[in-house]
Amino acid sequence: EDYHERCVQCSEVNWGLTDGGRFYCRTCHNVIERTREVVNTDVISNTRVQTISKGLRKQEKTDEGWEWYVCEGFQFVLKKQAEALEALGICPQMKDEILCNFWRRYLQKSQQAYCNRPAGEAIKVLSGCDSSTDVDSEPERPSLLHLLSFSESDGDLLTDCSFGSSIGKVSESTSVCSGSVDGSLHLMKNQKDKLRMSMPMTLSFCYMALLWLREPMTLSDLLRFVVEGHIPYLNVFQCFPEKMKLYGLDLKIFCVESWPVYEEVYDKMLQLAAFLELPRFPDITDSCFLHPDMLCMKYLMEANLPDELHNWTCRVVKKIHIGEADFLTFAPGNKSTRKVKYDVLAAAVIVVVLKLLFLLDDHCEWLLSDFAEERNKNNKEDGPYFEFKKWCKIIKSSLDVEQKKLDEERAKYLWRCEKPLFYSAKKKSKVLKRRQIVVNLQNQFGKLSGSVQPAEKPNPSSFQLNWSEENTDGSCFHGHSLKGILQEKCGLLTAMNPDYWLCTVKLCTEKLCGHLAHYRDLDFPQSYHFVLRLFSFLLRIQPSYIHEEVCMIEHKLFNKKLYKKPKYSPGQRK
Amino acid sequence: TSHEYKLNFRKSKEACLSYIQDAMLQKQWKRAAEFLTFYIESLEKDFSTEYVGPSEMIWRIGTEILCHHSHSSMKEFNSFIEQMKTLGVKRYLKVCLEHAFHLLCNGRTDEAYQNLSLAESWRFGEQTTAQDKEMKLIQAYRGLLDYYSWSKQKNVLLEYEKDGFEDLSVEQEMHSSFRKAAVNLKEIIQIPGVWDLFVKCYVDLLEFYGDHDEARQVLSEYAYNSKFPANPNAHVYLYQFLKRHGEPKKSLISVLKILYDIVPSHELMIDFNTMLQKSKKRKKRRLGLEVIFAALDYAGWKENVKAWSCLARQVKQIIISEKHPDWIKQEWNSRKDWWPTFHFSRYLAKRNWQENESLAYEKALVAGILLGKDCKYFKYVSHQGCKDQKKRFRTLKKFVNKHSSVYLRISG
Repeated sequence: EDYHERCVQCSEVNWGLTDGGRFYCRTCHNVIERTREVVNTDVISNTRVQTISKGLRKQEKTDEGWEWYVCEGFQFVLKKQAEALEALGICPQMKDEILCNFWRRYLQKSQQAYCNRPAGEAIKVLSGCDSSTDVDSEPERPSLLHLLSFSESDGDLLTDCSFGSSIGKVSESTSVCSGSVDGSLHLMKNQKDKLRMSMPMTLSFCYMALLWLREPMTLSDLLRFVVEGHIPYLNVFQCFPEKMKLYGLDLKIFCVESWPVYEEVYDKMLQLAAFLELPRFPDITDSCFLHPDMLCMKYLMEANLPDELHNWTCRVVKKIHIGEADFLTFAPGNKSTRKVKYDVLAAAVIVVVLKLLFLLDDHCEWLLSDFAEERNKNNKEDGPYFEFKKWCKIIKSSLDVEQKKLDEERAKYLWRCEKPLFYSAKKKSKVLKRRQIVVNLQNQFGKLSGSVQPAEKPNPSSFQLNWSEENTDGSCFHGHSLKGILQEKCGLLTAMNPDYWLCTVKLCTEKLCGHLAHYRDLDFPQSYHFVLRLFSFLLRIQPSYIHEEVCMIEHKLFNKKLYKKPKYSPGQRK
Repeated sequence: TSHEYKLNFRKSKEACLSYIQDAMLQKQWKRAAEFLTFYIESLEKDFSTEYVGPSEMIWRIGTEILCHHSHSSMKEFNSFIEQMKTLGVKRYLKVCLEHAFHLLCNGRTDEAYQNLSLAESWRFGEQTTAQDKEMKLIQAYRGLLDYYSWSKQKNVLLEYEKDGFEDLSVEQEMHSSFRKAAVNLKEIIQIPGVWDLFVKCYVDLLEFYGDHDEARQVLSEYAYNSKFPANPNAHVYLYQFLKRHGEPKKSLISVLKILYDIVPSHELMIDFNTMLQKSKKRKKRRLGLEVIFAALDYAGWKENVKAWSCLARQVKQIIISEKHPDWIKQEWNSRKDWWPTFHFSRYLAKRNWQENESLAYEKALVAGILLGKDCKYFKYVSHQGCKDQKKRFRTLKKFVNKHSSVYLRISG
């Protein structure tokens, strides 16, 4: 740095650069307006967060590697994820601006960087805490030992403290190892108010950024891309640079052994947005991908349902006002509004429309289908009428095939990463030996597997099921007409089915049990279950989430009948 | 189907295992191997809480697949097992032992011997004592293989003798095999258990070298020591040994008595009855009748001519001597409700006559005595026999007619 002005606050000349490229005074931490174009060649040294209390980073010249902090690791992960998203077609603004800013704000709020009171102080408080160096790792012990209760290290992790210069800073008595400086600190439980960073939370960050930019990717899409391997998640730490050594407690932080769950990622996002005190997000309007009208169209196509149904979904959306910007837009500060899961909402709207038209009580839909079939026989001029029975048959066989494939894929997941991980130096040789055996065995039995091609990553696609109207076997229903089940009344086409049954007469109190409604497939008609199953496959979520949303929509739709005229009871069919 | 929405490592591997299991049950070895390759990484996270951990799973499954897969070779199997040996120290000897079994089943006796010898010399601190049982088995099987070597060498020497040759080196080897075998075989049969093959081999060795006392001692222990599980074979071996060495009938009878108590349907019951019938002691003759009746209660004996002839002979003898017809009555009492249908139906009369005349003859005699001359069986068979002008049947008819009053006393 060839900037030699004295700092206005402390009069020192000791400048450093933030990753945003702005100058700050290393002595008093004053950040100034002056920026500097930084050309990034070495990826890591410029994304490393300069936590203020630590001062200048010591670059170890030995093999031990750099000192690095957990948040740097996460920063790296986010960067990789953002790059992957960009490769999938998301605009670069997400990576360069939005995600960055969110992250920076998070660091600020959680007092890990960019603020006056450094997190280092907390460390001093902890160093006084008593932890035994006993080899036994029983989960009940109120010490750092309980953090290791799932590790294979059998406690010798604690006695081996030959690695890393990080030990002294954490605590003299604990001798806990991790490659990162603050690994153990990160895992301490008293971080609730600071919203501790975790791997699933990286996806919450990503989704939040996508939402801010209103990019055409739903949360279920995002999570599916993660599982399919298009977005780094599982062993992303493999891409950490050589010098960022990862072991010990770091493994607990960065090694995941389960796929992210929709609810978890979503809830964390809500918490995160509140924590960061973000303002109201940009409006979701009817030209946005996430708007129910748009998503319904997409899902109708994917579910191989007639395009004409789209009119109906739009009608429902309009009637219950869920297409309005105020309802759809995410406002973290506003605690009273229900937060919207766009994908689930759209799927639920379609389910409600199907119920409106076909009733789905294991009876009416088949009658209507037969009726449509009859009409189809005499139908020469118009396009074919939609027959529910045919659709069910085709969808069921496709669904079964796809589900079977998915189940097998899940059983075949390889979770281990190329780089073997170990908790301590002692374990290293054992781990490497094991790794060798594993590789040998995999080769041996791989040869006996016959000519099986290694599973290739499917190309990232927004659509999981594809139906083309060019298929001559009549398996595509997009162009089919609903006239087969509609009738003319006062010049309008209305459903022949006059009935409806509510999934639930009364909604639960979300605060008490966490859900609006509960789902048990045995309690509901098979056709309804089938439709739920279809969308739960497409969105990779449990049917009960969609069911809940359906209940919510129904209650809005029949609001007047339910709440204002207690005498009239549409009643539950089953 | 329940679709797990929360997928984690553990569930993923559980699912993988169930695919492996399905494939194996359907004998789809390629598919099983395929899924196994995905399961193998579980080794890097050995669940210590699981009852059967991944390394054991892989050992068992891998063994099955390699046994059945068309493209697998013995070489591959051996290399796989060697890796398994390194995986679980607590299971080391068990793996060695099963490896040896596998080799033996594939006729690779020498390799099996080498493996067992190697395993015998294994030492690993506490584990050596913890795996004591397996070690003993390893030594026992090695002893067994030593016995087989001895046996081969012995046969070679016998061949040489015939041709008038001698071979000191083979003889020495033979003796050395004997020594090695004897030590280990003796060791294992001291542990309560079922060691039929080991006992037989050991006794064979002892007999060859003339140590009959030791042999008798071993067999008696094996049969009578209450710590050992009840084993009919033990008594059979003892009986055969005593018979070979000309022991008096009294000893033979006492051995077979116990066999009778355990397995009344044993084939040696014929020998037993024969000995008992000839005895001078009344009690023994009484027991003989009981034994032969009991044997014929079993379906497997229905067409055993020898057994029927034993019963017929004894019954005839009792009738002629006019002593103790009550014995027959006592035995018949519990059988008169079901033996007629079981043994003496008209259908059986026809069939027995068609298939085995001697059987029909013996049975007819018994039927005639127990059920009288008017019973279906006797009538049919004696009629057929007399029609064919077979002399013995005429004699039979006369005999039964003569003693028809006995039937009344028996059935009354």
